[in-house]
Amino acid sequence: MIAELGHFALVLALMVALVQGIVPMIGAARGDIRLMDMAPPAATVQLALVAAAFGALMYSYVVSDFSVMNVAQNSNSLQPMLYKISGVWGNHEGSLVLWVLILALYGGMVALFGGNLPPTLKARVLAVQAIVAVGFLAFLLFTSNPFERIFPPPLDGADLNPLLQDPGLAFHPPMLYAGYVGLSTAFSFAVAALIEGKVDAAWARWVRPWTLAAWIFLTAGIALGSWWAYYELGWGGFWFWDPVENASFMPWLVATALLHSAIVVEKRDTLKSWTVLLAIIGFSLSLIGTFLVRSGVLTSVHAFATDPERGVFILLLLVIAIGGSLVLFAWRAPSMQAGGLFQPVSREGGLIVNNLFMSVAAAAVLIGTLTPLMVDALNLQKVSVGAPWFNIVFVPLMVPVIIVAGIGPLLAWKRGDIRGALARLKYAALATVIITALVAWLAWGHSMGSLLGIALAAWLGTATVSEFAGRIGLGRMPLGSSLRRAGSLPRSAWGMTITHIGFAVAVAGITGASLWRTESIQVMRPGDTVEVAGYEFTFGNVENLRGPNYFIERGTFTVRHDGEVYTVMKPEKRRYMVQQRETTEAAIFTTPMKDLYAVIGDKADGGGWVTRIYHSPLVPWMWFGTLLMILGGTLSLSDRRLRVGAPSRRRAAAPAAAQPAGAE
Amino acid sequence: MRRLIFIVPLVVFAGFIAATGWYIFEIQRDSQRAPNIVGGGEQNKPVPEFELPPLLDDLPGLATADFDGEVVMVNVFASWCVPCRAEHPLITRIGEEGIVPVWGINYKNKKDEAIAWLDELGNSYKRIGFDLSGRVGIEWGVYGVPETYIIDKSGRIRYKHIGPLSRSDLKETIFPMIDCLNKTPQAKTCLSGS
Repeated sequence: MIAELGHFALVLALMVALVQGIVPMIGAARGDIRLMDMAPPAATVQLALVAAAFGALMYSYVVSDFSVMNVAQNSNSLQPMLYKISGVWGNHEGSLVLWVLILALYGGMVALFGGNLPPTLKARVLAVQAIVAVGFLAFLLFTSNPFERIFPPPLDGADLNPLLQDPGLAFHPPMLYAGYVGLSTAFSFAVAALIEGKVDAAWARWVRPWTLAAWIFLTAGIALGSWWAYYELGWGGFWFWDPVENASFMPWLVATALLHSAIVVEKRDTLKSWTVLLAIIGFSLSLIGTFLVRSGVLTSVHAFATDPERGVFILLLLVIAIGGSLVLFAWRAPSMQAGGLFQPVSREGGLIVNNLFMSVAAAAVLIGTLTPLMVDALNLQKVSVGAPWFNIVFVPLMVPVIIVAGIGPLLAWKRGDIRGALARLKYAALATVIITALVAWLAWGHSMGSLLGIALAAWLGTATVSEFAGRIGLGRMPLGSSLRRAGSLPRSAWGMTITHIGFAVAVAGITGASLWRTESIQVMRPGDTVEVAGYEFTFGNVENLRGPNYFIERGTFTVRHDGEVYTVMKPEKRRYMVQQRETTEAAIFTTPMKDLYAVIGDKADGGGWVTRIYHSPLVPWMWFGTLLMILGGTLSLSDRRLRVGAPSRRRAAAPAAAQPAGAE
Repeated sequence: MRRLIFIVPLVVFAGFIAATGWYIFEIQRDSQRAPNIVGGGEQNKPVPEFELPPLLDDLPGLATADFDGEVVMVNVFASWCVPCRAEHPLITRIGEEGIVPVWGINYKNKKDEAIAWLDELGNSYKRIGFDLSGRVGIEWGVYGVPETYIIDKSGRIRYKHIGPLSRSDLKETIFPMIDCLNKTPQAKTCLSGS
């Protein structure tokens, strides 16, 4: 009964979305305020209906109603409650319901907070949002009904894939989807603006918080996924350039570019058509990512061929959404007026460098992801475009981005003074040289490529700090007034500083984790000792234990450093009862400068165990840097300028307050 | 001229869609040439090269050379696997009634535990290979026990079933397939998936 109600709510939501997609659009074209006013209540009702459907599905999971096929296939009565709930989105159908729910949530928020949007723009944004919802609701109802019943119902369910039974992965999809779908709002704003034929500073200011929110969620989602891969897959790696990861990384790169170009539109009223295009591309890459992941093209060519229905449906959605918006772009964008001119060396110029390289990086990732599929279809041979290719292409693209990110904030709008900026960065340059030399001395004989990464991180970090110090007048005036200046800086300025520092910290972490890792793989018997990077790991016994729905084999390592007991690590291997699959639970010992990481694998012939031990310097920096980026983004999002929605009178005052550095 | 630049994204996207469409067409045609029933890459390939020692003293082991000229069913089992216990009566009956010879691969199992399990539940396997390390299982593409394979007269894997067999699997898919493979020399005609 509950499941049927959920299904019915989805059908109603589709109807409401259809109305919301058509009526306000007509109203905006005719200037009929009554038709336009339909959009906000429709968006609210749509949200309520989708939320009801999601609630119904979640209820079926919580009470383990195995007469619902989706629950029977992906849950089990033994599963802990957390995984019963995360099981809702741990499968194709349920994850689409979550997707549609978040889409409706963003629509509802635009309806709620968009009070000071011009009425036609608001109506059009909500209509475009609804048209996207129509596509996904139809996809859900026609190809992937989550509420399908099964008769006779099985006694117990088939269990959620054990790899997904993990707290990191329980929250990874909702974060990622909040990011993907957040870009749909930027997309709706872009399409609405193309229909209106008007893109101005106010438009950029309305788009930015949505893009920023999407960016924050994408960052968090990608980091969670990467963290999960790090501790759950048991190989000590954190990023594998696999297509599913790339699918989330491409929108992130474009969202980063969009965030920066929207600033240019907001402050300088230029780069308009490029920004609109980025907004379209960002969501398009989210859709393409969904297509790649959801159609089954990636898991196996044959899985797709046996059930092409879903893939073809998503492809059709792609053609309509992306193709339609690009046609609109080709038709309407040329008539948009280009705004203020600027010199290559200027704040705008720096932001363009960011945009250019971020977009090229996204394109490179897309090409690298799709090439193996294409070559496979051509029956040429199997090629794998693996991590080495991505590293060779991707790393050089990030070098100029990081260098310019250090200088850009010091350049004035329109025409920057490169000598002045560099002069103010002399201490940063000095600090960079010292840090790099120090690291070179410490890590001599290790990978020298890592020095580049450390130098870049040091440069960005110190340049950002000295820009901030200059902005609050540190050293030029008494400390008290500097602090007061810091306190009165807009939150967006704090946000930029913290995010750039976070990025620098993450770059250092990625460098250390990728290039300085020491690993040791061997067969160990109880009592054996292995030395890894100065730490002695002594293997103790292996105990057999039981978890709620799995068996545990738990090994013990006693770690000694300089002869003293440093820590005890207990990695586990779990075998899940229902699916008979095994997972590894790495034991990780974290200190500020490094991770120690131990895994036990299979039993070897003759009584020993395969063990893998890693010493990974700077890994914690990666996670800490990401946290800083999220914190910075959140601060910036809470900036008054964005929160109040900036009516025109305040708008005149805000940029002056926000840009003391640019005004200097 | 300026207008042309704005068409570039559309053209790039059209190229992307054309390539994807062609890709789908291509894999569809490919899959019609060699249809798959369950998905996964093992179907229609010859059984891998392997040789397993016997589990029991009075039953032979299993090796590639044994697949020669008759349709057989290969069942991968282990005493620690609960679903194996559930499907075992069906497997035993198929063997006893002589519908098709059933050969076993004992997967990642201690010898005495596996023997005790067979003593308890019955044994109609004609051959059992003892795969303690699971190496041969990997060659076969085993990723969850139980799994059941059907091999045709030429020694090619024609069907793979993951998970415990049910009566309806047998009636609707497996028996018709065995019947067809026994009757027709052209194994490919059995693979319509119906």
